[in-house]
Amino acid sequence: MSELIKLTATEIAGLVAKGETSAVEVTQAHLDRIAAVDDRVHAFLHVDSEGALAAARRVDERRAGGEELGPLAGVPVAVKDVLTTKGVPTTVGSKILEGWRPPYDSTIVQRLRDAGTVMLGKTNMDEFAMGSSTEYSAYGPTHNPWDLDRIPGGSGGGSAAALAAYEAPLSIGSDTGGSIRQPGAVTGTVGAKPTYGGTSRYGLVAFSSSLDTPGPCARTVLDAALLHQVIGGHDPRDSTSIPQPVPDVVAAAKLGATGDLTGVKLGVVTEFTGEGAEPGVMAAFRESVDALAKLGAEIVEVSCPHFRYALPAYYLIAPSECSSNLARFDGVRFGLRVGDDGNRSLEEVMSLTREAGFGAEVKRRIMIGTYALSSGYYDAYYGQAQKVRTLITRDFTAAFEQVDALISPTTPFVAFPIGARTADPYQMYLADLFTIPTNLYGGPGISVPCGLSDGLPVGLQVMAPTMADDRMYRVAAALESVVGTFTPPAL
Amino acid sequence: MAAISREEVAHLARLSRLAVTEEELDTFAGQLDVILQSVAQVGEVAAADIPPTSHSVPLTNVLREDVVTPCLTPEEALSGAPDVDQQRFRVPRILDEDVAS
Repeated sequence: MSELIKLTATEIAGLVAKGETSAVEVTQAHLDRIAAVDDRVHAFLHVDSEGALAAARRVDERRAGGEELGPLAGVPVAVKDVLTTKGVPTTVGSKILEGWRPPYDSTIVQRLRDAGTVMLGKTNMDEFAMGSSTEYSAYGPTHNPWDLDRIPGGSGGGSAAALAAYEAPLSIGSDTGGSIRQPGAVTGTVGAKPTYGGTSRYGLVAFSSSLDTPGPCARTVLDAALLHQVIGGHDPRDSTSIPQPVPDVVAAAKLGATGDLTGVKLGVVTEFTGEGAEPGVMAAFRESVDALAKLGAEIVEVSCPHFRYALPAYYLIAPSECSSNLARFDGVRFGLRVGDDGNRSLEEVMSLTREAGFGAEVKRRIMIGTYALSSGYYDAYYGQAQKVRTLITRDFTAAFEQVDALISPTTPFVAFPIGARTADPYQMYLADLFTIPTNLYGGPGISVPCGLSDGLPVGLQVMAPTMADDRMYRVAAALESVVGTFTPPAL
Repeated sequence: MAAISREEVAHLARLSRLAVTEEELDTFAGQLDVILQSVAQVGEVAAADIPPTSHSVPLTNVLREDVVTPCLTPEEALSGAPDVDQQRFRVPRILDEDVAS
């Protein structure tokens, strides 16, 4: 196994910039690793070897020509299959888009290319990002590198597993209810959900537009911050993009790494430390809270009384938006068309296409959303969920008057065995219990590895106020400086 | 009491343009019932005077300058279509034949 694949993105970029290795060598090492382990991990839906090596060669040429390269030039990155990539298959983990090659790049992917990163391929995910285990991918599950019989989290299980399996040093995810942070927690990697509107949704296949947030995944907090800096910032092509610069997350990660949290006040969310989390998760979390206190942070308990209603509110709001967004999959402009025999009507063909193209979880959510939005049920379901969203936002606002950031475990439980929660959809939803409030509020959240429970990774979540993404990086980097990073058993 | 009946699920499937099978209806009816009973918890919150939140950032209409900028060619725009006819998306019949004739 090449030593290159064990390096952080920061280290790789440094070696490439100094000419001590080439982007082509680094890329080839990761392609070799993918070839060696991905039949067991299944983190990737598509590997673009040719495109990656061509991009790597361009970086090496630019360097040879004396050009100054960006902080991540030459670093390989894996991209969740929810973002469009020009000419490279984009399926969103669904049969309805099988074989689709988008005619344009998403803004995130465009920025990755401009920064000289090397896109290795597209990673596996729950279909349309609806799921918490990657088992709802139409192309088969991804396996957790810590234990191949367990789930890697979801929906971005492919992006997280690729990091833990050393198939990529960086990856991109998208977080609607926890799909970056929860996979990060259960694979022992770092996953950050930026402030909503802090990263562009242009070219992100929509699931729930008021919640969807693309963001960085990495094995270290500094690497995540560097990637955040590259992909973040205002995009005129996204009407909900915030026209402000990205907070200096890289400086914050470096500050945190000094291990000094003097003057930082952290709130432990009372509602997320009682029942509901496994004892092993709570033990690792409590130890980390003590560690943060030793670094100088002042720790207090903060009650957010409406957080207990976040999960039901989310599972009304997200399906409602999804039922509307996924209406575009009508078998006309892209993707699958089924049953068009010249006799059937448009409506029949549409219904047959959607029946054949969507998996069970996507159908469930479309129907729940259709129900919640229908007249007679709207006020009691969707309307009421939107009011609960206001109350959750007020809980956050009140909390941030008392503390700089909130902390909790990222997930209630460690990686569960594949198949354990697919029979009861609501049991699957509980995986996002602690991550969902942040999405409803719109603020940033990060999961950082904080320990092991029975040999499986546990994540700690830091939640910060809107557009204060730097704060969570500081706290996460400080914790990382004492607990270190976690390496799974050799594959 | 069940929150939703098998017949209501069949109606939802039609509204959602999903040609679900009889077997799926059996499965979905039970699952949707569990989900709806769980999410109905939002009703416990006293929120009569609370304004709804649809988005965490203020929404304003964003317009660009009215100038010609490069965009997809017709070939690119049609490249993923299941069926194409003379630079257009070809769709299945949308009117009954006797109406159309």
